[in-house]
Amino acid sequence: MFPAWHATCNTISGAPIMDEIVKDFLIESGENLDRLDQELVKLEAEPKSNELLASIFRTIHTIKGSCGFLGFARLEKVAHAGENLLSRLRDGELSLTADVTSGLLAMVDAVRHMLSEIQATEHDGENDYQELREELKRLQGSDEKPAFESPAAKAEEDTPLSQPAWTDDLASEAARPNAGSSNSPGEVQLQAGWLEPPAASAAADAGPAAASGDSYRPTPGKMGGLLVDRGSLRPEDLATALHEQELGDHRRLGEILVGRGMCKLEDVLAAQQILEMRQRETGTETVRVGVSLLDRLMNLVGELVLARNQLLQFSNTTQEGAFSRVSQRVNLIASELQEEVMKTRMQPIGNVWNKFPRTVRDLAHNCGKEVRLEMEGQETELDRTIIEAIKDPLTHLVRNAMDHGIEAPEARKLAGKDATGCLKLRAFHEGGQVNIEISDDGAGLNRERIRTKAVERGLVSAEQAARLPDRDVFNMIFLAGFSTAEKVTNVSGRGVGMDVVKTNVERIGGTVDVQSTPGRGTTVRVKIPLTLAIIPALIVRCSGERFAIPQVSLTELVRLDSGKGIEMVHGSPVYRLRGQLLPLVYLSQTLKTAPGAEDGLPERKKPATGLQSVNVVVLQAESRQFGLVVDDILDTEEIVVKPLGKQLKGISVYSGATIMGDGRVALILDVLGLAQRAQVIVEARESILQEKRVETRQTARDQQTLVLAENGLEGRVAIPLSIVARLEEFPRTVVERAGAQEVMQYRGQIIPLVRLSEIIPATRDAEMLAHGGSIQVVVYSEGKRTVGLIVDRIVDIVEECSGVERLAPRAGVVGSFVVQRQVTDLLDLPAIVRAAVPGLLDAAETTEEGT
Amino acid sequence: MATEQFCTFFLAAQLFGVPVPQVQEVIGPHDMTPVPLAPEVVSGMINLRGQIVVAIDLRRRLQLAGRAEGELPMNVVVRSLEGAVSLQVDEIGDVIEVEPATFEPPPETMQGSARALILGVHKLEGSLLHVLDTERACQVPATLEATSAER
Repeated sequence: MFPAWHATCNTISGAPIMDEIVKDFLIESGENLDRLDQELVKLEAEPKSNELLASIFRTIHTIKGSCGFLGFARLEKVAHAGENLLSRLRDGELSLTADVTSGLLAMVDAVRHMLSEIQATEHDGENDYQELREELKRLQGSDEKPAFESPAAKAEEDTPLSQPAWTDDLASEAARPNAGSSNSPGEVQLQAGWLEPPAASAAADAGPAAASGDSYRPTPGKMGGLLVDRGSLRPEDLATALHEQELGDHRRLGEILVGRGMCKLEDVLAAQQILEMRQRETGTETVRVGVSLLDRLMNLVGELVLARNQLLQFSNTTQEGAFSRVSQRVNLIASELQEEVMKTRMQPIGNVWNKFPRTVRDLAHNCGKEVRLEMEGQETELDRTIIEAIKDPLTHLVRNAMDHGIEAPEARKLAGKDATGCLKLRAFHEGGQVNIEISDDGAGLNRERIRTKAVERGLVSAEQAARLPDRDVFNMIFLAGFSTAEKVTNVSGRGVGMDVVKTNVERIGGTVDVQSTPGRGTTVRVKIPLTLAIIPALIVRCSGERFAIPQVSLTELVRLDSGKGIEMVHGSPVYRLRGQLLPLVYLSQTLKTAPGAEDGLPERKKPATGLQSVNVVVLQAESRQFGLVVDDILDTEEIVVKPLGKQLKGISVYSGATIMGDGRVALILDVLGLAQRAQVIVEARESILQEKRVETRQTARDQQTLVLAENGLEGRVAIPLSIVARLEEFPRTVVERAGAQEVMQYRGQIIPLVRLSEIIPATRDAEMLAHGGSIQVVVYSEGKRTVGLIVDRIVDIVEECSGVERLAPRAGVVGSFVVQRQVTDLLDLPAIVRAAVPGLLDAAETTEEGT
Repeated sequence: MATEQFCTFFLAAQLFGVPVPQVQEVIGPHDMTPVPLAPEVVSGMINLRGQIVVAIDLRRRLQLAGRAEGELPMNVVVRSLEGAVSLQVDEIGDVIEVEPATFEPPPETMQGSARALILGVHKLEGSLLHVLDTERACQVPATLEATSAER
């Protein structure tokens, strides 16, 4: 539109400035369009909402104004056509119909398309959307007003809303400019006139001034006040100019001021820029930061965490008090910094959900269904990378629920349900993970249909199928190969690409589960980790090297004394874990690091561990459990995940690498890849078998896993592992005091510490009291409250099924029994914690009820 | 004509060179983590100030005889399209400036995988400088594991 202006601007202030403006315009418009989508869909629900209409109108108007200013004529035309239609709606001359909404949405799509064109080519493309504009015109109705009004006539109705070049504040202060002044295209022309070469250079000069505007906080947000504030204008001149306006001068305040030589043109332009900027940032103190910068920050924090780990290791070996205090402090600062930087990468899941109202509306429209979308927990935050990864699977699930879940209105009425179906999205945090639920109140999954299908496909025998519990049956829809068949029918429900959903979710360490009640609806629950960049992992050693295993796939650790309990099934080692056969995979053999492992003869698989104990890490890959045999289990650690070089990408058993505290690189094992390589996961049949196992295992639950700890010289106590959050070891120095209570800082929280020895007195010698520089802590959580129980030493984790005898009940002890030929007290941890820190947990409960 | 600078090193007593601008740094023998199941030319991963870099044994890459026991390789860290990669060599030589005129493509009689990796030689006084195709050298022939995993 104004090529001359562009050229001058570029030559004077350099291309980057222009690029910046266009970039800002693109980002802002992109956001505005997303909002438009939502608002339009909302408007359809409450067509009388003037507020919504005004907001929509304003958004379109802003886009139109900006693109006129930037010279994107085609884009402006389309936006203008939309604006005209909207103005009829706003004035009540037209009522909102589905067609009108569709037209407006199509306009939004066209604008979006042109924006991406601009992004790619810096031009708004060749397509001027003639048809769309005709359609929009048609929707306006043929009566009265022409589609394109003269700028002068239109100006009147635009003025109360925002104006692109001159800000609202300015306009209102200068009283309402007469219709004769200018607006829309006309106004931009005026703007261009203002910005002749000298003005353009002034605008460029004003750049820095405007940029430093954040340190400058003028009181009134109006042009005159701002100019006075900046000392560019004398108050009496302002009064004169305002008076002149009142007397009927139709020019803008700035024009009057410059025209009468009261103020310099540059100052007016600079002030205008500040006002615009402030308007853009109204109310929120935010800064736009490039994602790449955040990623870089995240990397650096990762480095810091590694250096911190090294520092801590070093400080553990020195006795220097001052040094260990400093390193403790560095430790805390680094943890906090890490957390905060992680937060900057967090985005509310609403960012993904935002497009669903539109998706749902369009789909409902297309398949003749009535659907209400409810969303809960939009503010639940997730790492940016995960948000990206979860986008497609979620969209798929929503489409599926719309397509196959919710029935047509007639069918719903026949079933005695409300004709309008309900699709509900819910997100919430739980146990360091994010849960996302997609539920519908549709027909539900058809069990029999799935069973039949599974039998047809040879996944299970008819007899097995009949015995399978519903939950297992429903989850079969996620099996690959199930989906292809489902595409044909769609009678029984979803299945189209559900295996892809599952794969994608599992790729980021998540899980999918489906529940369904016939006639009542289906709920798909997706669980995903908060972040992928820094994850807790178990460090193990194998063939002299360390490997990290992400803790999400870890179920439990089993230690077999001198390899006892390992049996062979035709050459394949297994272990009976609570009565079920657990296939064992030797890491050294899978990775071919063991001498002579290459030939892979069955005999070789026999554990070569004569007398040593065998460490088994029980892992969950898909629905299959297996035991990974490693040489040593070292520790759990927060590790920073780094990608593998391209040269190593093809190796499926690794998901990345990390740098350990001592600076050496360790590989991160990909549990799924490992299972595939070791052929643990062979067929779907296997997993179904496994599900059966899980079921039967639950019946054999009278056995429990216990953490054994020493208390004094002879005392032994046991705590059920199921209620233990974590077992930790800390340097003694972490213990601090808050009043009489011993506390420590743990994962960004202050947690009270309870010494077991003070609850259950036992004899201990001097050496024991002075025991090393570290304490062992059993971390116990209840609700949001966490308490640490300091024990003398954690001895072992065992499985025990022998009965507990209630010998002389004491406070905090449920009873006693024999473990490893020693009498052991079974602790009542909740009771101990309540007795030691009165009120803490109960208080937590009540506050939680309150929230 | 513009001269070109080469960072030189030795492999089995032969002089090799990569253009100086492609070299990020040269470091001595470095602590290394082996990668089981990786192609054998990959000798492991090293921690280069927090950056994990794959090390490629150039002897194996060029199908030369293995290094003698106890002989520690030097690392020439080069910039490749895939990021930094460490090329392991026997010994580091000088930075040599050469005239384009001294360059000659490899003789037809040169056999084996080396042919794809050596762009040619610069005829120096008393020796030949083998010019390495850095980008190619950093690529690893399709992983055995990757192909077998697909079954």
